[in-house]
Amino acid sequence: MKEVTRREFLKLGAAGTAGLALVPLANPLGFDIRAAKKRAIEMRIAGAKEIHSICPYCAVGCALIAYTKQVNGKTQLLQIEGDPDSPVNEGRLCPKGATAMQLATSSRRVEKPLYRAPGSSKWEEKSWDFVLDKIAQNIKGSRDNTFVAQDANGNVVNRTEGVAFAGGAAFSSEEGYFATKVMRTLGIVHIEQQARV
Amino acid sequence: MTNHWRDIKHADLILINGANPAEAHPVGFQWFVKAKLDPTKGPGSGGGAKIVHADPRYTRTSALADMYLRIRTGTDVAYFGGLINYVLQNKLYHEDYVKNYTNASFIVKQGFDFKDGLFSGYNASTRSYDTSTWTYETEGAALDGPAGSTQAPAKRDKTLQDPRTVFQLLVKHYSRYTPEMVSSITGIPVDQFMQVAKLVGEMGKPDKVMTIVYAVGLTHHTTGGQLIRSAALLQLLLGNMGRPGGGMNAERGHANIQGNTDHAISWEILPGYLRIPAPGQKNLDGYVAASAPKKSDPNSWNFFGTNYRNFMVSLLKAWYGAKATKDNEYAYDFIPKPAVNSSWMSIYDQALKGKMEGVILSGMTATSIGPDSNQVLQALTKLKWLVVFDAFPTTSSEFWRAPGMDAAKINTEVFMLPATHWIEKDGSFVNSGRWSQWKEQVLPPDGDARHDHWITADIFDRVKTLYRNQGGKFPDPIMAMTLDYKDPKKPELDEIAKEINGKDLSTGSQMTSFANLKADGTTTAGDWIYTGSYPDAGNLMKRRNGVQNIQQNDPTGMGFFPQWAWSWPLNRRVMYNRASADLDGKPWDPKRPGIQWNGTTWVGDVPDYPATMNPKDPAAWLPFIMNGEGVGRLFSNSMLDGPFPEHYEPYEAPIANPLHPQQSEDPVAFLYDQAAGRPNRFGKVDKYPYVATSYRLTEHEHYITQQVPLLVGLQPQAFVEVPQELADEKGIKNGDRVRVSSERGKLEVSALVTKRLGPVTLAGNKKVYQIGIPIHWGFIGVSAEQNPERSKYWLANALTPMVGDVGARTPEFKAFLVNIEKF
Repeated sequence: MKEVTRREFLKLGAAGTAGLALVPLANPLGFDIRAAKKRAIEMRIAGAKEIHSICPYCAVGCALIAYTKQVNGKTQLLQIEGDPDSPVNEGRLCPKGATAMQLATSSRRVEKPLYRAPGSSKWEEKSWDFVLDKIAQNIKGSRDNTFVAQDANGNVVNRTEGVAFAGGAAFSSEEGYFATKVMRTLGIVHIEQQARV
Repeated sequence: MTNHWRDIKHADLILINGANPAEAHPVGFQWFVKAKLDPTKGPGSGGGAKIVHADPRYTRTSALADMYLRIRTGTDVAYFGGLINYVLQNKLYHEDYVKNYTNASFIVKQGFDFKDGLFSGYNASTRSYDTSTWTYETEGAALDGPAGSTQAPAKRDKTLQDPRTVFQLLVKHYSRYTPEMVSSITGIPVDQFMQVAKLVGEMGKPDKVMTIVYAVGLTHHTTGGQLIRSAALLQLLLGNMGRPGGGMNAERGHANIQGNTDHAISWEILPGYLRIPAPGQKNLDGYVAASAPKKSDPNSWNFFGTNYRNFMVSLLKAWYGAKATKDNEYAYDFIPKPAVNSSWMSIYDQALKGKMEGVILSGMTATSIGPDSNQVLQALTKLKWLVVFDAFPTTSSEFWRAPGMDAAKINTEVFMLPATHWIEKDGSFVNSGRWSQWKEQVLPPDGDARHDHWITADIFDRVKTLYRNQGGKFPDPIMAMTLDYKDPKKPELDEIAKEINGKDLSTGSQMTSFANLKADGTTTAGDWIYTGSYPDAGNLMKRRNGVQNIQQNDPTGMGFFPQWAWSWPLNRRVMYNRASADLDGKPWDPKRPGIQWNGTTWVGDVPDYPATMNPKDPAAWLPFIMNGEGVGRLFSNSMLDGPFPEHYEPYEAPIANPLHPQQSEDPVAFLYDQAAGRPNRFGKVDKYPYVATSYRLTEHEHYITQQVPLLVGLQPQAFVEVPQELADEKGIKNGDRVRVSSERGKLEVSALVTKRLGPVTLAGNKKVYQIGIPIHWGFIGVSAEQNPERSKYWLANALTPMVGDVGARTPEFKAFLVNIEKF
């Protein structure tokens, strides 16, 4: 039997009972539960905005559709599902992709900038200005301490030896590019991500 | 991937090594299943394919394969070497392809040799090779062209009979890889190996095509580079590179490793795989001469080499704008030049030596990833400061309170900055098939979270202010870096995407092709391989013409979907696709064309070739346009551990190398502890008699999913997989607590006793067990919170060794020795 994609399925549903009659019976119970499923999905996402995303896990690159709604001035995420138009996943998702909504709406996030002083056994909440100023001073201090302008052979090398940067494999590409540009500009040579580990 | 996910359905035979796509890339695996099962197609048209899975563990991939081979981890060079030998001995290679599209006929220089496990030029005291004999005999003078950009052509013997041809040396090298030798190294029984060899041997026919799919099960070895190269040699011999349904296809493990490698968050490259300049390359001339491939055949386009300077100058113009001028070599000196390898393990090695002051982890964790997590934890204690940007706490942000750590004695200043997650920002993810797919922002940032790149931009702004106010070491690049964004502290990813694409500074228009980039400072391109992704017409990565209308959106019927997103280079869907057609431009297999010459132009996929170059023109370019030779390299001096792949044992191995026991391991792999003068942390087989390997489960993705309760519910706790027979020997029952130890650390987890793992018989009669270790757990996350006592020893990488292959320095995560005891 030809598989009916969700998009086709909705179209068939839109044609009413005549349309439904064209859908072969898929259920041994003798009635088509897809009509009920379709209605459940429709109710869930009725009036929602459809936004295109990509799964954040492995590199198959499954396309996602996220449905959101404005509730009391806040964006509420209603549903994430596979995008049936994608030539990569054709609407399918694995257990990780299928639970992407729980990652997206997690209450386990880090809420505020945190700081652990040397020797301390606890985090302290700090302002963004506090942490960013301190980090900027640390970077400048370590750069100035460990910068090598010329090596022993007199070659111009202009490198910062004592700072390393590792970037995430769930960055958008453009973020990654910006990180490369900034870190090389600071003279950093130890630059890595997930490619070899 | 040279090809892409959907393309796998075009294969007749799929070899899977070092990968488990059914579980680790389940949705991609549908295309493997379609190759095999699509009932509407016959063999060769997307149905009837066979799948061969070689893996230490029988997985769901094996369950859907036609053949499963229990292979000892880390021995795939022997497996592919045996297949190469079979194909050569039985003359089953694709002769036209091998003669015309590879360097098989090239004569290798006198002095090149391989003896007792070593190639010529080995220096034991430096543990490195002098590669000067790993090259060709040449004839005549260097070809015409700008000074230093060409070489003299190699001598050839098109009959392939000369004993010093690449072809004959290849035959000689792999003649040692007999089925019996393969079996003795890999543990695959000879009869099973021969069945696979016969299937593979069919794939050299022009109307057949095989794909090889792999993942980190091949890369994570001290022979990682050569493991992949051995498979690639087989593909060149069978004429399968460049063809739909063929190629070398790496399954990437994270959403955007591909994009972030393309953009060079990787110490040894600049965006677009331009090499990082080395000390002594004093100017652009020196840099290009040392880095760019050299043209060595009159019919070689040498596209990369010819354009190297154009790409580099366009990059420097993108980064340093008006401060990059002809007079200062376009700010070439602003690019830092590393002295030594500065890759992942080197960061922690430098920290252990007290030479690393600070580490910034932007969406990355050091502790869990390892290798040798206990040593990494020690390295983190030696830092002055550690910055973590992440959406969730990680084993790195919390390292100072890891089990066994005494926070009071750790003087590292630690910062944890709440970062946004993928759903809260736009930008592109590049999948394994090089498809750059744009995603939209779905939700606003959660609470106080900020985008990683906004945090980076803000820190950069503050550093710049400090240099402006206080002075300091060489502030010039910091002052000069372009920030041509509406808000320099909050660059939009759309603005950055435009910068990556590049523009023509004389007209202000976006570039449409990297072929138009120039070295005179009039063009920019942040990453030349993405030039064309964002022309004036708009962001092509946003395109969404997919399977909603297959006839319209896949006009060739080959699954290229040229208007779904954008793939590099130039929206080409199968790399090296000139090699999909014969010398006259006809597809090797008319049922599965990549590109073809229609008499006036190349049609099909975006050609990897000039669009109107007549293949019958005597001056027509050779097929592999990126190489100096213009052909695929069966013999190459670009690898530091040998021009032909050779099997070496993992650094912790249960047997001596049956090929050359006196040179058992890779002679040039980098031993971090030894090189730094630290005590050796390798174990021996008497104390650690079992081979271990590590992997992922379907329900988890590295460590982030420890924050997702639904997934923790599906795979709640750390465990190891123990073969039934070994469990019986050791009195271990399913669910028992076991301690798995290596010379570097231990795990205390539950045992899952299984028949999916079993013994292999090596070197004639030695029975060896392999143990399987999923990597996902640690002392952070939902599961750890539910099991505070049990989760103390859950870091899989506490076991793995800090040793890497010589070129890529990829750690040997996938083959090491352990002991296991019930407790």
